[in-house]
Amino acid sequence: MSDAPHEPRQHYLNCDYSVRSWLLTTDHKRIGILYLVSISAFFVLGGVMAGLLRLELLTPHGDLVQAETYNKFFTMHGITMIFFFLIPSIPAVLGNFLVPIMIGARDLAFPKINLLSWYVYTLGAAFTVVAMVTGGVDTGWTFYTPYSSTYANTNVILTALGVFITGFSSILTGLNFVVTIHKMRAPGLTWFRLPLFIWAHYATALIMLLGTPVVAITILLVALERGLGIGIFDPAIGGDPVLFQHLFWFYSHPAVYIMILPSMGVMSELVACFSRKRVFGYAFVAGSSMAIAVLGFLVWGHHMFVSSQSMYAGIIFSLLSFLVAIPSAVKVFNWTATMYKGSISLQTPMLYAFGFVGLFTIGGLTGLFLATLAVDVHVHDTYFVVAHFHYIMVGGAIMGFLGGLHFWWPKITGRMYPDAWGRLAAVILFVGFNMTFFPQFVLGFLGMPRRYHVYPPEFQMLNVLSTAGAVILGLGYVLPALYLAWSIFKGKPAGDNPWGATGLEWHTPSPPPTFNFEQTPVVREEAYAYDSQLEGHRV
Amino acid sequence: MTHPTVPLRRYVGIFAALILLTGLTVVIAFFDLGGGRLHALNAIAAITIAVTKALLVVLYFMHVRYSSRLTWIFVGAGVFWFVIMIVLTLADYLSRGWFPTPGSWSS
Amino acid sequence: MSEHSAQVAHQFDDATQQYEASTLGMWAFLITEIMFFGGLFAGFFVYILGHAAAFAEGSRHLDLALGTVNTLVLLGSSLTMALAVRGAQRGDRRGQVLFLVLTIILGVAFLGIKGLEYAHKFEQHLVPGPLFRMEGPHAQSAQLFFSFYFAMTGVHALHMIVGVGLLAWLLVNALRGRYSAEYFTPVEVSGLYWHFVDVVWIFLFPTLYLVARHV
Repeated sequence: MSDAPHEPRQHYLNCDYSVRSWLLTTDHKRIGILYLVSISAFFVLGGVMAGLLRLELLTPHGDLVQAETYNKFFTMHGITMIFFFLIPSIPAVLGNFLVPIMIGARDLAFPKINLLSWYVYTLGAAFTVVAMVTGGVDTGWTFYTPYSSTYANTNVILTALGVFITGFSSILTGLNFVVTIHKMRAPGLTWFRLPLFIWAHYATALIMLLGTPVVAITILLVALERGLGIGIFDPAIGGDPVLFQHLFWFYSHPAVYIMILPSMGVMSELVACFSRKRVFGYAFVAGSSMAIAVLGFLVWGHHMFVSSQSMYAGIIFSLLSFLVAIPSAVKVFNWTATMYKGSISLQTPMLYAFGFVGLFTIGGLTGLFLATLAVDVHVHDTYFVVAHFHYIMVGGAIMGFLGGLHFWWPKITGRMYPDAWGRLAAVILFVGFNMTFFPQFVLGFLGMPRRYHVYPPEFQMLNVLSTAGAVILGLGYVLPALYLAWSIFKGKPAGDNPWGATGLEWHTPSPPPTFNFEQTPVVREEAYAYDSQLEGHRV
Repeated sequence: MTHPTVPLRRYVGIFAALILLTGLTVVIAFFDLGGGRLHALNAIAAITIAVTKALLVVLYFMHVRYSSRLTWIFVGAGVFWFVIMIVLTLADYLSRGWFPTPGSWSS
Repeated sequence: MSEHSAQVAHQFDDATQQYEASTLGMWAFLITEIMFFGGLFAGFFVYILGHAAAFAEGSRHLDLALGTVNTLVLLGSSLTMALAVRGAQRGDRRGQVLFLVLTIILGVAFLGIKGLEYAHKFEQHLVPGPLFRMEGPHAQSAQLFFSFYFAMTGVHALHMIVGVGLLAWLLVNALRGRYSAEYFTPVEVSGLYWHFVDVVWIFLFPTLYLVARHV
């Protein structure tokens, strides 16, 4: 099995230490690391914004900042977290690193396009950062017209351009993944032998390809309207602001599936490994990823129930939104069934997996509340919505990202982190998260609107609780940053397969050589062959 | 490996068809085919001809006729998603008048 | 199969995999373009429902003759592009170069005619914005039509410009004898892009120019 690593061995990290070799790399593994650095920086930025928001909300009065400034904070928090952290996170870091290795390839289909996607991301990010430091934007990350196109006095065009450019980074990544998975699988690796991580990334890539261009053209139209005075959404000349919402949400709803599907892919890997069992109902989990990708495009109107959208369209979108919950539920049931009678070990990645299952379930179920037309009329634009999507995006997507980062960290760096600290941080994060966001369900139900820097005094206790939770949550994020960084220099060297997991990535050294495998592997087994592992068989 | 070379005659033939269809669509545009306020039949005729022309370009000039099933699926998926966007968006606008409220879009 | 004409990148196992992956990659990109232009078409269809008369009026202000000529020019360029790809596939260097040059000429001609139309619209005060002026009862909403006209044909023209640039790069390589039966992938893939831009125009033309010519 795994043996002691050979330090002088050449691998993708030590083959060349120059800055040039990093900035001009076409190695998917290095590009994954470049993205890790970028998205981490934006996570900190978005987190600071969140901290400022929660600080203001400690008191019912607007005593920290003015309303317009508060509007800029939540806008920038949303834009940063969604476009510059969550959407790239797992695909651009873990996906870039692992997709070729998991399918036995030497690299992605288009390595130079992969590097281009990082530069495009960086360019878009630069535009957005400039927009932020030269005055910011206050339209909300949703850029609704006619405020964004006509009436706002903030850096809308610059931000819109930044998001537009970054969208192409997403498109290029999706394109690369789709072609790679179709065309570069190792001999014997049929579709139904693929790790579910790959299925998840394939489905995500489809959404990236089909949805992102629509928000791109929509944002471009807003920028044109604002910059050149060309009326498109302007009611004065017969334009319809709701058309913007249709085109915007056509992408932005599937975008949330871009954020959660990769995390679900991570989940399948974690649950199988730390239960030492095949994933229950593999075909159903794979199929549900595809179902989510398709159905996810049919539900966008549930963001527009009170926008003046026709009631009949609302009914259709509501029904379809109920349907899209089914494949997600299938996954949760199947992971649970995988754990049943499995041999569970509670290492850090598995703690994140448990966190995911619980928190995603709550987030998903509250989504059904929102999909119910009659309920949504009351909770739309309240903190109920805010709590719902944070349960999914933080409780779901980020837990999956952290769990995956901890699981594949030894493969990426060749080092182990101290698991005790990992578990402590995971628990702190879980506690902090719930303390931050559960009160927000209550606040929303009681009627506290979102995007307001002031609120009725009777809501203060819950808001204080939420802010206190945010401090604990912040600690939960800081700890991994510290011990993971520490582990790069002082961590115990990891072997090829410290977890005893199945999957091609564990059959190459940690860290892997530049071209991943000495020889192209040939696959003869199904995925997650943990039972045959028990009997001493090997791939 | 790749598809066989398409004979020159076929390309020229397709081109001739495209020119003819272009002429046809322009000529038809000058006749009112009916279909109410929106001249629906004119629109349907124009769209049909455009789709035909597009199919000719896609199948022959873009070699999809000679390509793998995977390529067909990709092209089909692109068209399908475009149709979803149009249909569901129009579903909103077309059904707004069904439950009339004063001052609404379609009044 | 000679060594240098194969030119297989390191991540691929062989030339066939490279060719198939490259064409699939271009198709994946074209799908994104379908959705990119699709958003504009979606907006147009929504607005024409509520502003049929204004859009018809706007459409009648477009120069049908120039639009038709441009359609024929672009279709012609698709023919020459297909023949250029065919030339590359057959290792016919003169054919490749000839048809690439013709395609570039036709592409530039299209852009020139488009520029002419834009200039006319500018003179007629039909560019949306503060300088827009049109007679008739539908002037306000007709501005919407022209917003879409400029947005759609403008984005299309940008794609044409990129296409012409791509063709110029292909031409340079074709002159150097880079393409042959063993390796003509860049030509095929660029051809796909060029034909796609033609297909977009095939839909743009009736959508914008033929709204209500019978009235």
